[in-house]
Amino acid sequence: MGKIMKETKGRILFQYINYTILIICMIVALYPVLYVLAASLSSYAFLAQGKVGIIPMGFNLEAYKRVLAYPMIGRSYLNTIFYTVSGTTISLLLSIFGAYPLSRRYFPGKNFLTKVVVVAMLFSAGMIPTFLVVRSLGLYNTVWAILLPTAISSFNLVILKTFFEQIPYEMEESAALDGCNHLQTLFIIILPLAVPGLVTIGLFYAVSQWNSYFPAMLYLRDRELVPIQIILRDIVIQNQTNDLAIDLAKGADQVSESIKYATIMVATIPIMCVYPFVQKYFIKGVMIGSVKG
Amino acid sequence: MQKTPALTESKGKPYKTNKWKLLKSNYPLLLMFLPVFLYYVVFRYTPLLGALIISVKKYQPALGIFRSKWAGLEYFDQFINSVFFWRLIRNTLAINMFQLVLGFTAPIILALLLNEVGSSKFKKLVQSVTYLPNFISSVVVVGIVIVFLSPSTGLVNSIIARFGAEKINFMTEPNYFWIIYTLMVIWQTTGYSAIIYLAALTGISPELYEASKIDGAGRWKQLWHITLPGISSTIVILLLMRLGNLLEVGYESIILLYNPSIYSTADVISTYVYRRGILNGDYSFASAVGFFQSVIGLVLIITANKIAKKYTETSLW
Repeated sequence: MGKIMKETKGRILFQYINYTILIICMIVALYPVLYVLAASLSSYAFLAQGKVGIIPMGFNLEAYKRVLAYPMIGRSYLNTIFYTVSGTTISLLLSIFGAYPLSRRYFPGKNFLTKVVVVAMLFSAGMIPTFLVVRSLGLYNTVWAILLPTAISSFNLVILKTFFEQIPYEMEESAALDGCNHLQTLFIIILPLAVPGLVTIGLFYAVSQWNSYFPAMLYLRDRELVPIQIILRDIVIQNQTNDLAIDLAKGADQVSESIKYATIMVATIPIMCVYPFVQKYFIKGVMIGSVKG
Repeated sequence: MQKTPALTESKGKPYKTNKWKLLKSNYPLLLMFLPVFLYYVVFRYTPLLGALIISVKKYQPALGIFRSKWAGLEYFDQFINSVFFWRLIRNTLAINMFQLVLGFTAPIILALLLNEVGSSKFKKLVQSVTYLPNFISSVVVVGIVIVFLSPSTGLVNSIIARFGAEKINFMTEPNYFWIIYTLMVIWQTTGYSAIIYLAALTGISPELYEASKIDGAGRWKQLWHITLPGISSTIVILLLMRLGNLLEVGYESIILLYNPSIYSTADVISTYVYRRGILNGDYSFASAVGFFQSVIGLVLIITANKIAKKYTETSLW
């Protein structure tokens, strides 16, 4: 009896420690984001003294006004929305076209073609040869350079294939008996049942397109075409705040710190707003992907 | 109504009649797969083959691949004998070692702690909060690191100053780069990787725990004899993949994070490939370096897989 009591006491103590550690983990994960939010809304005087925590000090929207007044921000924001919407559409379509046949057990060449997909997941060709292929196809400095080379993620394709495989075979059999051909079966029977899978990988594609900067840096010369992440890099990392506020002869330095924070927020807010509602799909996607991979 | 033979053939042995018939009845599926196949050929396998050819040629864009002169192994030789070779290898390996020791264990610990949480609401909350950094773009993450470490207004330096110590310019001090980069990656990926381990943990049968309880096993014994063996195959697989990528580092964020004053510790093989290939236009040399990296990676993963096969029951193939 005494032994059991001791263990429960130890157990309770352990749980206290455990919860404390996990709460600290959450704070560590969230703090930088909350800090940036607070700093973007604070005045420079408080920022310089390092007095800003996660609560804005000397609340003002000056930095946001300046950021939003910068024409390149608006332009690149629209570009990012375009890349995200059209990129996700292309990616989803191609992933369906790839995953559906591979999920059918009677698909001729199934084993070989599955290998084609999986081997590409293990071996990537490297930056330079891919760059040369994209350029020799005449895609350099076009929107296609952003949309096509990364159109399919083998990882996402395999996740979607798993979703398709989970749909009972009988559904398809009865569709065939009712006279559906392959395409009708896919669009009328299979896709509506695979909506959770489509949402999951669609979100993966959308987030990675929204966040991507590297292909744009490699392939786009034209400032008119670049996504927000490139502008963000210029302002936050390369300190090119000078073209942000030309009228700001003096005091540019003072606002520039908060401008950096405000630009980060402007580029990240959409993800923050959507994340709480869709995170369960992300978690499910990783779980399926990890079981398969 | 035309019945497709493949569809009427349900469970059981694979379809055995005429292959031509099978192809014919499935041509819509093949047609559907065609764009996907083309994608893989054009954007994945052509560059793979191209890497092999370009790195043994003196590639000049004006001449094209076929009319450019042969270089043989000249570029490989040049790279291995270059002054940067050992520096690049050392930095790449060091960053990977840091990540292996700190970054690899962090998600396992987080998953084990989460697994002990009784309330599923709290568990989900921690999961989604720690997973969040994974969805923040690398530009933003690097931006946050830079502003946090800024010597004038950065958070870290204002804490240092409050304790009366001298401020440190982290971004120009080579000594700090490895740990800064490692901590950044841990912040980004721990929540994500923990979910993979949690998926494995939920696969352990609760009956095992029940049975061990009856046998009088305590929590620690359960951890050693049930929980850890239960996720060991996941650990081995993720470790194998890490080892295969020992010469690769997430260059997208390093290119943003580093600057010439810390190249001595921050420059890794991929960032060197980027500078030589994209910025200088030495396509053949850079392809050769990239190819060298892939070959070593391939050798490493095959070796690691063999070792894993010998000593554990898990392997990648």
